[in-house]
Amino acid sequence: MPKKNIFIIPCSGIGKSLGTVGRKATYKVVEELRPDQTTTTCLALLTIGDEETLKKIRETPCISIDGCPSQCSKKNIEASKGKLVKSIMVTDILRNHRGLKPEGVIKLNVEGEKLASFLADEVVKEVDKIGADE
Amino acid sequence: MGMASNKVGIVSCSGEEIPEGTISRIATRLVLEKLRPEETVTICLPLFLAGGEDERAFARVFPTITVDGCEKRCAEIGTKKYSGKPTATIVITDILKKYPQLKLKSRDDPSAEELVLAEKVAEEIAKKVDEALEQKRHPTGREE
Repeated sequence: MPKKNIFIIPCSGIGKSLGTVGRKATYKVVEELRPDQTTTTCLALLTIGDEETLKKIRETPCISIDGCPSQCSKKNIEASKGKLVKSIMVTDILRNHRGLKPEGVIKLNVEGEKLASFLADEVVKEVDKIGADE
Repeated sequence: MGMASNKVGIVSCSGEEIPEGTISRIATRLVLEKLRPEETVTICLPLFLAGGEDERAFARVFPTITVDGCEKRCAEIGTKKYSGKPTATIVITDILKKYPQLKLKSRDDPSAEELVLAEKVAEEIAKKVDEALEQKRHPTGREE
């Protein structure tokens, strides 16, 4: 089995449904679509400066997923000197699927689930690109 | 964040990596949406680092309860480090000790049993919200 060599790190996004969309897409990628190449970690570990996690994200390509313009994932990875190779905004994916109205934080509605699937597909494209470059 | 008189802040760990983190987030949302919607506010924990002084003032403006999924206690440590000392702390793995038969499995799609645990955690958070508000209304001046 190949080494898991890409981190997918969603924002913690507890206030808005787009945060949940980002997390849902992350799980879809790391558990279903690219389980052998990808993994995730708790973003909060970067916030508190957990040494073990900092070491990992400095050595491994990271893709950030953010639900809002605060871009907590991207900024925490950058502040931690992580190897950020791609930053994805959920709002950009939503712009390409304007008909969708994602709702819910604890549980997404059907449209939120659809958006998470579209987002996961975008993440997979980036994962494959990184894999091809290595 | 100026009009904070009757609000309590709840800061959940992000906990994406483990099922306990998911319980922590769901329990926090249950308090915000159902149990104490008028009395509580939240902030995304990583915003303490990604945001500015306004965000870092959170625990100085609101009495704050941290909810952590595991012993790393990111919410508690992060809140202390960037904002202020939490009024109360909750750790899911501590609560789980009361339910040794319950093994958490999913971080993405919690089972009915896991959702019941989230409800119990939410009730514990709500109790601490009430205590924090009571303390605010009737301060004893006691220092921990």
